[in-house]
Amino acid sequence: MAQRVLIKGNEAIGKGALAAGCRFYFGYPITPQNDIPEFMSAELPKVGGTFIQAESEVASINMLLGAAATGARAMTSSSSPGISLKQEGISYLCGSEIPGVIVNMSRSGPGLGGIHPSQGDYFQATRGGGHGDYRTLVLAPSTAQENYDLTMLAFDLADKYRNPVLILGDALLGNIKEPVELKPYRKKPPRKDWALTGCKGRQQQILKSLYLADGELTERNWVLWKKYQSMQKEARWEEYRLEDAKLAVVAFGSVARILKSSVDMLRDKGHQVGILRPITLYPFPSQAVKETAQRVGRLMVVELNTGQMVEDVKLAAECQAQVDFYGRPPGSIPTPDELAKEILKVIKKGGAR
Amino acid sequence: MYFDTIIAGFGGQGVMLMGNVLAAAAMQAGRQVTYMPVYGVEMRGGTANCTVVISDKPVGSPIVHEPLCAVVMNRPSAEKFAPRVKRKGLVLVNSSLVEDQYVQARTKRVYKVPTLEMAQEVGNPRLANMVMLGALAQVSGLVDVEQVIASLPKALDKRYHKMIPINSEALRRGAALMSQG
Repeated sequence: MAQRVLIKGNEAIGKGALAAGCRFYFGYPITPQNDIPEFMSAELPKVGGTFIQAESEVASINMLLGAAATGARAMTSSSSPGISLKQEGISYLCGSEIPGVIVNMSRSGPGLGGIHPSQGDYFQATRGGGHGDYRTLVLAPSTAQENYDLTMLAFDLADKYRNPVLILGDALLGNIKEPVELKPYRKKPPRKDWALTGCKGRQQQILKSLYLADGELTERNWVLWKKYQSMQKEARWEEYRLEDAKLAVVAFGSVARILKSSVDMLRDKGHQVGILRPITLYPFPSQAVKETAQRVGRLMVVELNTGQMVEDVKLAAECQAQVDFYGRPPGSIPTPDELAKEILKVIKKGGAR
Repeated sequence: MYFDTIIAGFGGQGVMLMGNVLAAAAMQAGRQVTYMPVYGVEMRGGTANCTVVISDKPVGSPIVHEPLCAVVMNRPSAEKFAPRVKRKGLVLVNSSLVEDQYVQARTKRVYKVPTLEMAQEVGNPRLANMVMLGALAQVSGLVDVEQVIASLPKALDKRYHKMIPINSEALRRGAALMSQG
């Protein structure tokens, strides 16, 4: 069995990245993700890697672009306001089809906001905060173990689609300590024929996002669109006690794990309630939501914001189920009892078929 | 099996370390566990707390409002957390700093631990947290105190390993106090 260690969620991200062969890290400090650069600064030199504390977030995302353009596995991490600063670079990564992993251990906004857990960055993550018609794959862990596992997956998906992958956690998932099984990474990273490795003995290659010739950019956008369509099969989700549920709660990340305790409490009292937890936020598991909407007939979305993912749930449900919402803006973490009460309100309101 | 506890006190009393060591010991005993530090702009001398959840099943919420147990190392923590403990729960009070009148609990299972005096007997007042952790291990029946001691090398940074013998002694003292009943 793989080694089991008690580590912080942030450290699990770093360990996952190292295991997946990440050898370049660029970042700029911000709470609550500083354990990631701290870990990478200590560990990368030991494996011949490079750690750079850049002068800014803008610099670090562009360093990531440069390193990844050579075919190396590279990562940057930050938290909400810092991720906002990286958006231009993310748009360029998408436009140039350069893979990279970007971790957002999000805090609360808008603006400087605060350092509490929040899911207020859902729109930014899934819609892309930069300019242009692009998509980024978005993974949303809910345990320290998933921080580790999904970081390894992020590198694979980034290379597979030549696209940046965003990991969206929050202050809770960065600070929690849990046992993590350090599963070895067994995949062989793909060959990168497109990488800029020096063109001696071969044709010159160009990675760029500027297309000015007649019709070139139209074509380029359709090529990218086709790629984004092909990403849809990567949708991942978890179902928790949904089998006979009369109400399905849809939630992701930290609040989804708190809800598991709420659901257990309600189940003990005989209420048939379960959870559908999107693990990929882009692609959104629309098919799973639609099927659950049809089968269960009643959905409730819970988020640590005032209502963002609920829009995707409503779109996916295609009016096959009534959708209720409970939102908790940043400032306090809801307890299982509080969320159980909110779920109970929806159950009592009725409306199930 | 399910257990949760809030451990609270002044920053600098070592409450986070207590949570870490407890979580490490429970993990070594084969349990599922989460450790969640309170998260805010904390400082030495301010209040600090952490929540540890131990279970046979994967842990859902790493935070609890009404815990099964509260370990309160100072008066503000006693006033805040002791009343929240469930009716049949457990409260461990640092009686060196907290007078009886500040402990209002629904449960009758309130244990007083004179951590400072006992730590001084072992040789260092800073061991008060380990005395308390030994008491917690014993009275909760969660893990044997020897199991807690066995987890110290993993829970403590290497530069503190020379302190393991004296910490072990403090843990045993705390446990012994509780086994006397």
